[in-house]
Amino acid sequence: MATAKPPPAQGKNDADDATENSQAPGGGADVVDVAGAAPVRHPLRWLAVAVLAVLFAQLVHFLTTNDNFEWDVVGSYFNAEIIGRGIATTLELTLVAMAIGIFGGVLIAVGRMSENRVLSAVCGAYVWFFRGVPVLVQLVLWYNMSALLPRVSFGIPFGPELVSGQTNELITPFLAAILGLGLNEAAYMAEIVRGGLLGVDPGQTEAASALGMGPARVLRRVVLPQAMRFIVPPTGSQVINMLKATSLVSVIALSDLLYTVQSIYNRTFETIPLLIVACLWYLVMTTVLYIGQSYIEHHYARGADRNAKQSFWDFAFFRRRPAHAGAAGAATTTEEDK
Amino acid sequence: MTGHDGTQTPMVVAHQVRKHFGQLEVLKAVDLTVGTGEVVVLLGPSGSGKSTFLRCINRLERLDGGSIHVQDELIGFRRTPAGIRHLKPREVTRQRRDIGMVFQHFNLFPHLTALANVIEAPTGVLREPKNEARARALELLERVGLADKADAYPRQLSGGQQQRVAIARALAMRPKLMLFDEPTSALDPELVGEVLATMRDLARDGLTMLVVTHEVNFAREVADRVVFMDGGRVLENGSPQDVLDNPAHPRTRSFLSRFLTASPAPER
Repeated sequence: MATAKPPPAQGKNDADDATENSQAPGGGADVVDVAGAAPVRHPLRWLAVAVLAVLFAQLVHFLTTNDNFEWDVVGSYFNAEIIGRGIATTLELTLVAMAIGIFGGVLIAVGRMSENRVLSAVCGAYVWFFRGVPVLVQLVLWYNMSALLPRVSFGIPFGPELVSGQTNELITPFLAAILGLGLNEAAYMAEIVRGGLLGVDPGQTEAASALGMGPARVLRRVVLPQAMRFIVPPTGSQVINMLKATSLVSVIALSDLLYTVQSIYNRTFETIPLLIVACLWYLVMTTVLYIGQSYIEHHYARGADRNAKQSFWDFAFFRRRPAHAGAAGAATTTEEDK
Repeated sequence: MTGHDGTQTPMVVAHQVRKHFGQLEVLKAVDLTVGTGEVVVLLGPSGSGKSTFLRCINRLERLDGGSIHVQDELIGFRRTPAGIRHLKPREVTRQRRDIGMVFQHFNLFPHLTALANVIEAPTGVLREPKNEARARALELLERVGLADKADAYPRQLSGGQQQRVAIARALAMRPKLMLFDEPTSALDPELVGEVLATMRDLARDGLTMLVVTHEVNFAREVADRVVFMDGGRVLENGSPQDVLDNPAHPRTRSFLSRFLTASPAPER
């Protein structure tokens, strides 16, 4: 093989100039066509698949033959109106707490990046406190706020009161939940937003400033749209985490999805089927959020990749362009040409 | 000095400009005048302070001493009866409108198409109607030879094309002065020519330009005046022939010898 005569080999190759040039003169490799080569075998992978198949069969057997699941009970509660109300509360909490979290997070992030040391230290302390205390503790703390402050009043500091009221009337379980979840979320969102803003090349701010754009316009038109690429993916997971974290409010007797199923099974003792109803609904909601997140990420990847180009309407109507179909098609044709 | 300045109001008058970053003195009393319509090339080794000086002119850096006037307007500060005061951000922003800048790394807005990059400031800052700004942006892209790339995103363009879009973006604000901060230093050698050709074209049209570059040949051909800086000071200031062929200072001679030898300049 190694001693093949160069002149005839070159004669055979003259249809293909490129290979002729790329071959070392003394190499003399035979003409080989790699099409149809046998693939590498992976016996361990096959073993793993077999093990998984057995485990899956066991799981199906367990789910279908164990009467304690009481699937008929699951079915009867799945569409129950009371469960629907619990879901509504869970979604409402998620939405309001995330809104507070995002709005507060942007403010705190901008405050932390301020040149004013006091402002940035106060915002840093906020993040330190609310990230450092478990959400569950914060929820219980807000719920019991009346023990610390029996009355709340709004007015001029150290001056006359304008409005005041009993803390117990003011802080309902829902408000306690909103405050606990929202203020905690603001601390996490502040770090996400700050990370996103810091991720944008400072040259972008310089270029925009050099064009005579003011600081607010630079932030709105140049920095934020680029920071969104770094902010949106972690914010999506924060929404999903928030949806799950709302189940903690069951400790302060707020009828979210979990508290609702708990209050039913405390009466009927159908514990497992009702918990399965809750699991299924949580899965449905998080799945919808995962799908939404992937579309939003795709939207903000505009300009980030040479192929991605999608209008808002394509995004809104779920028209996704197959970004790599062209490249893949080209690759197959070249293979066939050979 | 050439006869450009003195006949009319100079575009830029820098007087004893000082700047330090911490302990490091980057500019030590720099004096420089750029006449209206003049093309001045700033040469000098890395760290000589030429880019910092350029960035002081549109107040991307705050100067620590001396003064810079652009068309008789004090940059970054205001004279009051009580003394000199810093300008508010809004006033600094207004002063930057008339001074275009082109950066070494282009700094195009990657989330906007070439056309959107060019119309962003005219529509947002000058409140030009969108269709007018658009028509003018297309003219400018045509002028830099990129009319067909109007809808391309920066990442879809080569470095040379990106830099030409960046030049069009700066021109869209109708600047009276253009600052170029090493506009070809980040480009592959074969892309340098297209950017220099665009700049040569602007110089021919009488635009006032202050260019920091390592392109000695561009300086020789296009510049009205060449300034050599080293260690935060201006060492030479004269016509391209004087500075490039008969440098007075030994430091200039050793710097230029690297570019004038037959072998290509070593990459640092």
